[in-house]
Amino acid sequence: MAKYPDNLQYSKDHEWLKIEGDTGRAGITDFAQNSLGDIVYVELPKVGDKFEQGDPFGSVESVKSVNELFIPVSGEIIEVNEALADAPEQVNEDPYGKGWMIRFKITDPSEVDSLLSASEYEDFVAEQED
Amino acid sequence: MTELKKTALNAVHRKLGGRMVEFGGWDMPVQYSSTIEEHMAVRTAAGIFDVSHMGEIEIRGPQALDFVQYLTPNNAAKLADGQAQYSALLTPAGTFVDDVLVHRMGPEHFFICVNASNADKDFEWISSHAGRFEAEAVNTSSRYTQLAIQGPKALSILQPFADTDLSAIKYYWFTRGHIDGVPAIIARTGYTGEDGFEIYFDPAESERIWNRILEAGEPHGMKPCGLAARNTLRLEAKMALYGHEIDDTTTALEADLGWIVKLDKGDFIGRERLAEQKTAGVTRKLIGFEMLDRAPARDGYLVFVAGGSEPAGKVTSGSPAPFLHKNIGLAYLPIGQTAIGTQFEVEIRGRRVPAQIVPTPFYKREKK
Repeated sequence: MAKYPDNLQYSKDHEWLKIEGDTGRAGITDFAQNSLGDIVYVELPKVGDKFEQGDPFGSVESVKSVNELFIPVSGEIIEVNEALADAPEQVNEDPYGKGWMIRFKITDPSEVDSLLSASEYEDFVAEQED
Repeated sequence: MTELKKTALNAVHRKLGGRMVEFGGWDMPVQYSSTIEEHMAVRTAAGIFDVSHMGEIEIRGPQALDFVQYLTPNNAAKLADGQAQYSALLTPAGTFVDDVLVHRMGPEHFFICVNASNADKDFEWISSHAGRFEAEAVNTSSRYTQLAIQGPKALSILQPFADTDLSAIKYYWFTRGHIDGVPAIIARTGYTGEDGFEIYFDPAESERIWNRILEAGEPHGMKPCGLAARNTLRLEAKMALYGHEIDDTTTALEADLGWIVKLDKGDFIGRERLAEQKTAGVTRKLIGFEMLDRAPARDGYLVFVAGGSEPAGKVTSGSPAPFLHKNIGLAYLPIGQTAIGTQFEVEIRGRRVPAQIVPTPFYKREKK
């Protein structure tokens, strides 16, 4: 698996966005899950909740820390990954697949342009690690 | 920013992939691979921790015992040569300057292990009271590397490097011997709730000894462990952490550490106030709890008695407990609300979540 798949968009808050028609699916990046370590709890929003780009929509917790999750573009939640309640470690094991967190209706598609491509995100992460 | 202090093993931690963080003014590894794996290694096999950031203060002189007795609430007169005890440095108000381990090296020599972030403050505190006694305090922190080797396999992994029979050292006793030929204090103490040893020796030998023990231990499941695992291990064992459960606003009696307060041993700093508090009764007490919902409680979260509108206190330490698979924590609650089984609430991101008081320690190893 690629660390940063080419078919995804990335935010500087280390979330990924997959565009599926007029909806988006989001989770945290491989860099984020690796930085957090063992994930033990994920708190997700309710279906119908609305968020503006960059708003906190939930939190992800490792043994050591609590970290907010920020929605990469504005949207209205249509589904959350219920499986993470019993298996939060899926975020570590498969951050772009089984570790997805929310599906939402994208309310302003133009915001997608503000996100990073896989290679841009990779450069961004490299700078963070310096 | 002031330069962080480094232990003699700093480069070794980096080479092992340790994630380095600031802790008490020191640059320390918070984890190497995974906090859960490191925690489980200590519960089921063994872990090795560099705890050289801890401070050491030595007291020597004809009145060394009298001085230690005045500085600490536990009864150091009960210690034999080669014996250690958990104790504290208290203020006149009975609150904590620090919690400490007192080792009796000899009738006129005590070795006190103190917290990293408090070492300078402790030394000043001790020195400020030295005038009344024929004894001298020296801060010897820089003379020792301190390694903790903890877990059910700690003894068998460490034994081949020792020139003494480690199984003959009882819990909270120590001996002066050699580890891999290097003079060392070898103490059967720890901060994990497991059997194990803490060894103190010349920092110049750190790298070789760390590497040799880890190489010998790895086939038996030993892992290098960071501060995150050290914290979850001590929390499961309900051992207090300065700055969390105990500080200069909490008394030893409130912190459920009455067992280190020996009011009848003679005068010591804080005695008068603690005697009054014991007679009058404490108004709050440290309790252990489990979360009844999924979200973990964390340090600093507000706690409420059931139905209360004002916060009753804060979580002093809260975390997922990797071995117990529960979310546990410690908090101060008003007396009368502290019975086992009592339910109360923790505020998590604006939401009140139920918690229940449980017996502590949360984890107790099976004694052989």
